[in-house]
Amino acid sequence: MEILFFYLVALVAVVSGFLVIRCQSPVNSALGLVNTFFCLAIFYVMLHAPFMAAIQVMVYAGAIMVLILFVIMLLNLGTEARKSYLHGIVWSGLASLAVLFNVIYFIKRGRVTGAEGDITDFTVQSVGHVELIGKTMFTEFLLPFEIASILLLVAIVGAVVLAKKEV
Amino acid sequence: MLDSYLPIITLIVIALCFSIGSVIFSRLIGEKKPTAIKLSPYECGMPPVGSARERFSIKFYIIAMLFIVFDIEVVFMYPWAVMFKRLGLFGFVEMGVFILILLVGYAYVWKKGALEWE
Amino acid sequence: MTPEMLSLSNSPGLFVGIMLLKLLVVFSVTMLIVAYATWCERKVIGHMQTRLGPMRTGWHGLLQPIADGLKLFFKEDIIPTEATRVPFLLAPMMILVPALITVAVIPFGPDLKLGGFLIPQQITDLNVGVLYILAFAGLGIYGIVLAGWSSNSKYSLLGGVRASAQMISYELSAGLTIIAVFMLSETLSLREIVALQQQDLWGVCSFVPNWYVFTQPLAFGLFVITGLAEINRTPFDMPEAESELVSGFCTEYSSMKYALFFMAEYANMIVIAAITATLFLGGWSAPFNIAILTMIPGFVWLLLKIFALMFFFMWLRATFPRVRYDQLMRMGWKVLLPLALANVVITGLVVVILQ
Repeated sequence: MEILFFYLVALVAVVSGFLVIRCQSPVNSALGLVNTFFCLAIFYVMLHAPFMAAIQVMVYAGAIMVLILFVIMLLNLGTEARKSYLHGIVWSGLASLAVLFNVIYFIKRGRVTGAEGDITDFTVQSVGHVELIGKTMFTEFLLPFEIASILLLVAIVGAVVLAKKEV
Repeated sequence: MLDSYLPIITLIVIALCFSIGSVIFSRLIGEKKPTAIKLSPYECGMPPVGSARERFSIKFYIIAMLFIVFDIEVVFMYPWAVMFKRLGLFGFVEMGVFILILLVGYAYVWKKGALEWE
Repeated sequence: MTPEMLSLSNSPGLFVGIMLLKLLVVFSVTMLIVAYATWCERKVIGHMQTRLGPMRTGWHGLLQPIADGLKLFFKEDIIPTEATRVPFLLAPMMILVPALITVAVIPFGPDLKLGGFLIPQQITDLNVGVLYILAFAGLGIYGIVLAGWSSNSKYSLLGGVRASAQMISYELSAGLTIIAVFMLSETLSLREIVALQQQDLWGVCSFVPNWYVFTQPLAFGLFVITGLAEINRTPFDMPEAESELVSGFCTEYSSMKYALFFMAEYANMIVIAAITATLFLGGWSAPFNIAILTMIPGFVWLLLKIFALMFFFMWLRATFPRVRYDQLMRMGWKVLLPLALANVVITGLVVVILQ
């Protein structure tokens, strides 16, 4: 049952990913990308990570894709902006196939070794995913968290510098 | 997991069926007498001038970019808020530093006039 | 035998049956409120302006929503030649579906006992319930942007772009505002948030329940304002400012597609009212701990609170003029955002000192 559902969602994700690169209109491509993000969110839910799923939808689908849509509208890329890019399609195709085989190989080869860690499926379900993330992020990974805030500060400055003429 | 998400999937399906169904149904029974003027964009009765696919103010992009950054900051606060009482003073100081750095960026944006809508 | 929570593993048939029943009831009640909210709004605003509102169809115009719906069904479905077809068709659905499915996490009563099982009066309880609502509310924006852009009409584009900028600005403040609530509740599950609000007020007064509106009055005010702005209601109905933009992003829409936008507006209103009631006004619990009041079933209280908030929204529409767009953006970014942040810091300080 669950595996069937997984394949169904995976199929939708792959098809909409394909639409992203094959659609004539950039807006339709953007919609395809939103759908792909949504499917990824469903995968996060299936991996018992509902918080990640919500963040995936909120930040990627809800914020970043809105900006991308705005940019498509700004550049005025209607359906006229059609141009097929075919150069390098053989090499990039071969490279992606190699990466795909690599991934499949490592997935098939790998198996869990050593002792089980503290955080298992059971802990995630009994303590709660958000609580676990909060606890780990604000004790163990405190420094990366504070560095992230500096990164975001740089992003704010960058946004203003890019968009404002006279800084 | 399936327990909590099966109802949501079903509800999504119901809502989708409802909206698609009503649109198709109204297309089937509604009138169909299209004319060239009826299908042209509405412009208060005048013949439409130019295309609507114009560029719009850069203001909207600044808002969208700032929204992404601040949204990520807010997202960081959810796990913190849930753990806040258990983290105690330590957690409060951590988030204080985070908010302080956020405020520096906010003050910069304000100072540079990116929030003005002239 | 102590009753256990009904789940797929202990009784699949019953689970699915009850799930479908709950879905059906909640969905039809929502649609019923949507239909009669339109009638109610016209009546309320009419009487506030010393008019009568709809009177002809049925007793005091009670059949008006049905007449409106039927009329829209038989109208011609126009797709302008200049429009981009796929997004134009998808946009109304992309705004209505998120609005309809956010009601899934709103609890409407205590657990029921049935045949040795506990049945929660809620479609589903997610431990990230509030984030689920925020995530889907954020998706509603696509409907508006795409409707505005794909119509290829100047009014629609202006309305759509304005609406999206307004929605993302206020979504930020809304998200920041409710953090103060989670700092007190320590959970994102709406079911537990309602349960926590049934305790004594500030741990001392057993007569009044501990609703978060008493501990977080500023957050309550901010959330109502940002909520109104997010669903584009007056005084923040800039996107469809009919005196300048004809009808904003839905100018080019007709027939049932227009009806979907219309329904989405009222469905969003119900969702905002329900979230406000659940987060700040104790959800389905009674306002005082008196036996007569607590005997009334939970969903009655929840509906009463939702109706009260919706009446308040309609009242605002009859009272306030529209805000200017630059004032609206300034208020979102320069007033509400700092206030929400300050509220989080003050809540944190008070909790740390009390500990």
